[in-house]
Amino acid sequence: MELLGLDVLFKGSNAMRLLQGLGVAVEISVISVVISLVLGMLFGVFMTWKNPVARVISRIYLEIVRIMPQLVLLFIVFFGATRALNINISAELSSIIVFSFWGVGEMGDLVRGSLESIPVHQYESAAALGMTKGQIYYHVVIPQAVRRLIPMSINLVTRMIKTTSLILMIGVVEVMKVGQQIIEANRMASPNAVFGIYGTILLLYFLVCWPISMLARHLEKKWSN
Amino acid sequence: MKKRVIGIAALVAAFALAAFVLTGCGGSSSSASASASASGESAAASAEASGGVFRTLDEIKDSGKIIIGVFSDKHPFGYVDEGGEYAGYDVELANRLAKDLGVEVEYVSTEAANRVEYLETGKVDVILANFTVTAERAEKVDFCDAYMNVALGVVSHKDNVITDLSQIGEGDEVIVITGTTAETYLTENNPEIALKKFETYANAKTAFENKEGVAWANDNTEVIAFANGAEGFTVGIEELGSLDTIAPAVSKGNTELLEWINEDMEKLGAEKFFHAAYEKTLLEVYGADYEDTLVVEPGQK
Repeated sequence: MELLGLDVLFKGSNAMRLLQGLGVAVEISVISVVISLVLGMLFGVFMTWKNPVARVISRIYLEIVRIMPQLVLLFIVFFGATRALNINISAELSSIIVFSFWGVGEMGDLVRGSLESIPVHQYESAAALGMTKGQIYYHVVIPQAVRRLIPMSINLVTRMIKTTSLILMIGVVEVMKVGQQIIEANRMASPNAVFGIYGTILLLYFLVCWPISMLARHLEKKWSN
Repeated sequence: MKKRVIGIAALVAAFALAAFVLTGCGGSSSSASASASASGESAAASAEASGGVFRTLDEIKDSGKIIIGVFSDKHPFGYVDEGGEYAGYDVELANRLAKDLGVEVEYVSTEAANRVEYLETGKVDVILANFTVTAERAEKVDFCDAYMNVALGVVSHKDNVITDLSQIGEGDEVIVITGTTAETYLTENNPEIALKKFETYANAKTAFENKEGVAWANDNTEVIAFANGAEGFTVGIEELGSLDTIAPAVSKGNTELLEWINEDMEKLGAEKFFHAAYEKTLLEVYGADYEDTLVVEPGQK
């Protein structure tokens, strides 16, 4: 126990605090993921439009998401908005805004990719059968696109969950920060706490992300038939 | 169909606005931090920001709560104990300030890199996070009176104690951690000394314990804590280079709060509050020998 540094877990309410930290991380990622999935779908459809204005807008947005590190976005929303516009956004809300901004962009691009991967002749055949544009999407395109989308979007979701460790930089005390607090508070008494605590955090992230991967695998199997 | 078009149009507008706002902020905040006075526009923006961002003493009292930024993972200065409560030398002072002001205290967990930013945007009222007073920082925030000393220290092996840098011979190496003040200081002032650089504290510690290098230079609090925690090492040089101080900081221009804190700290100095805080929090790490080296009682010379 002591060799692995797990003893500190059982001091006081340390284990409970880690779980609460995990709760904060999960709460922020779940809200952001839901927003990203819903708005990302719409944005993905928007990205397939041929309208030049729509193309420019989606291009700019996607490039911002791709180029800006999440940490920079967090600082811009949390500190920058106060400086430039005098709007005080709480650290939690800033995190949700940034993660959704990132998620919608990436999700949109994935949706666009899936939609465009559906061969043009399917659109044309459906139109020849007299389907409206809405019907084509609903009956032909979306069911196929969603299947192609699952593995990639799961990847994005788990990435978003793990990246929440960055929000400690704007003062949100989530699981990673609680871990650092416990390690530092016991630096002298249990120097091995580093292994025990980071190992525990690894396990916690795994327990959150693994069911999502399992769900994705299940869905893929179910729909592949 | 028409509904959908409008909905998507609204969505587009929202995105465009978000992108515009975000890129706009990015520009202004980076220019403000890079060179606040370089262009008239950013200077005006930062003047406007510093004019209205902080809360005055009365506003803090009325809200019944003072927001203080502290470290939550720098034992023994600011950390969270196993019960989930903030504790440490800085937190002792923070709790006392809140008590004397008659308000509750709300702690914000800060990192070394964002302490100035927190004050510049008024997201905390006071920073009490082992904040070393430097000229560069003093341009952006206002420092109160100091409550602690900090300098560089040099620890060496007990069988070859180094009490002066001149004792370091030609073939000897001194261990430093990359990016620390110790590295900068020795490179600038004693270029003749060969340095052995390590990226992390853990690596430097292991190397030094295995008799690599004749000495290890770092912040004196760090080397004292190390020498107290390991057998066979002595801090031969307790203070090296410029003696810096650690002080609370408030947003630039928040003079009212600054003066109140200074007054209160002077009262605390008279009752030897900081020695008591040292004994409560720092003693177990640094030992009694360094109490007078490290602690400053404001107003008591």
